[in-house]
Amino acid sequence: MADSICRALRDGALEGEHAPALTIKDNIASPFGFDVFSHVLSQLSSNILAGKSQSRGLVLVAFRRSPSFYVDFLKRKGVDISSSHKWIQILDCYSDPLGWKDGFSLETSNVASSCKNVKDVHKLLSTIIELGQGLVGQGKVRFSAAIDSVSEMVRHASVSSVSGLLSNLRSHDQVSSIFWLLHSDLHEDRVTAAFEYLSTMVASVEPLNQFGNGQRSNMNTFPLLEQSFAKGKFHVRFKRRNGRVRVACEEVRVEQSDVNFTSVSSDNGMINEGLIPKVQFNLQLSEKERIDRANVVLPFEHQGQMLAKLWTD
Amino acid sequence: MEDNGGAPSNLLDDAVGALAGRFVAVEDSVETSAAFVLHHLLKRALSPLSPTVVLFVSFAHPFSHYDRILRKLGCNLAAQRDNKRFFFFDMLMWEYQDRDEEKTRGDGLVALYGEIQKLISDLPEERKNSVTIMIDDVSLMEVAAKGSTNLVLDFLHYCHTLTSELGCSLVALNHGDIYSSTERPTLILQMEYLAGILIKAEPLATGLAKDVHGQLTVLNRGDGQGSRYKLCNFHFKVKENNVEYFFPGSRS
Repeated sequence: MADSICRALRDGALEGEHAPALTIKDNIASPFGFDVFSHVLSQLSSNILAGKSQSRGLVLVAFRRSPSFYVDFLKRKGVDISSSHKWIQILDCYSDPLGWKDGFSLETSNVASSCKNVKDVHKLLSTIIELGQGLVGQGKVRFSAAIDSVSEMVRHASVSSVSGLLSNLRSHDQVSSIFWLLHSDLHEDRVTAAFEYLSTMVASVEPLNQFGNGQRSNMNTFPLLEQSFAKGKFHVRFKRRNGRVRVACEEVRVEQSDVNFTSVSSDNGMINEGLIPKVQFNLQLSEKERIDRANVVLPFEHQGQMLAKLWTD
Repeated sequence: MEDNGGAPSNLLDDAVGALAGRFVAVEDSVETSAAFVLHHLLKRALSPLSPTVVLFVSFAHPFSHYDRILRKLGCNLAAQRDNKRFFFFDMLMWEYQDRDEEKTRGDGLVALYGEIQKLISDLPEERKNSVTIMIDDVSLMEVAAKGSTNLVLDFLHYCHTLTSELGCSLVALNHGDIYSSTERPTLILQMEYLAGILIKAEPLATGLAKDVHGQLTVLNRGDGQGSRYKLCNFHFKVKENNVEYFFPGSRS
């Protein structure tokens, strides 16, 4: 499913259609959303560099990490960054988002542009488009956009203005695809829903094991927590053009240098089996015993037919 | 690069690892205070074998409080202050006025950040990359900011930028139970998302005990180069001059 997402972003927008948009959402019980975002970012970057994607450039709006973090990250992933200024531009909304550092010099780079007022969403939008057109020109060539934290954007600006920015980007002729990260437990349901409505794909990272009300675990469940901590469920909903929705689920595992997606395993079954006490007798039925049980006719079962026969006799 | 300062390591130090460039969020509750974690990390940062400079922002206690406690742990804060290794920002009397007034009057959290950044930039070169900023505590900062969660988060964000730009460490204490009845505990959740290392102090599930004062859970999200998402849980007992850490059931 993660591959399907990356392919959809790679293939981009059809003529006359809005760009595909992906919401990646997580919560504190499974805080791997950023890892998934980074994975998608590196996949799209590789596709752009290899010339396999519709987009020829990428504008990354960085609220959560510095530009140098992303440059180092892409380097570690084997993405060639020597020519990075030709295909990626990072709008740095991390280092000085509110202008508190006036008087102090910020690190400069040929791939990063600084934003000192993230509250001005109109300016943000025009800067993103400007940076994208700086990479691909003003013709028919497209670029992609990525925002590493819509949750952080919403802290500084209204939901409606942020939604407006995303909607405008999606409908721009030169935007090929767009994706963003959202921490769902930081917002009211209606806010999360508003961003999901703008998306053609919603990828949720959820915990493998739900504890109590599914929000925060406690240390009484530490053994289960420890076993399943770096894993989660990766639940994806695709919205098709004809209105149909396709839903799929994978297991996501965060490992040392990467994020891996696999089909849902029976590990949960193993964990549940581990909780069953080990006793001398069987607590569960075998397959044959289940079939035999289903075939047993109990007293007074199917008596309706017999009674009807008695009445008519 | 800050390390353990040559002192014998314990379970907490092993779980936390090197702090340079990391944000450590410490959470506790009324039942189980984690102030000892702050004191331990402070003592570790000011170890004689470590070049670290500590900038301590206090909304909770005056300097004399920490001086007294650290003396029992074998660290002389007054001497460290005189040696320009320990800088204390007394924010006990600070009160938030108005955002615009803050900028024009030059006080408040914006100005505090400016002071912190200026202090770091004025340090000798060899010490600029070995700075630890400590905040005690974030919930009182929010009270002093008259409930302006966004202002507090902005301040934490700016301190966080120093961890990536200059390799500083940031340690902040907050009280989890203050937000437990809140439907959406934004401040503490934001801190947890931002933190590279999360240390939670909780009571034992079995209640009070004479020899065990609580349990610590340390989630270390890794620095992107080593192992990722390491989770440790162990018990602790706070004594007069130190704290003992041990795995459950390992004490005879």
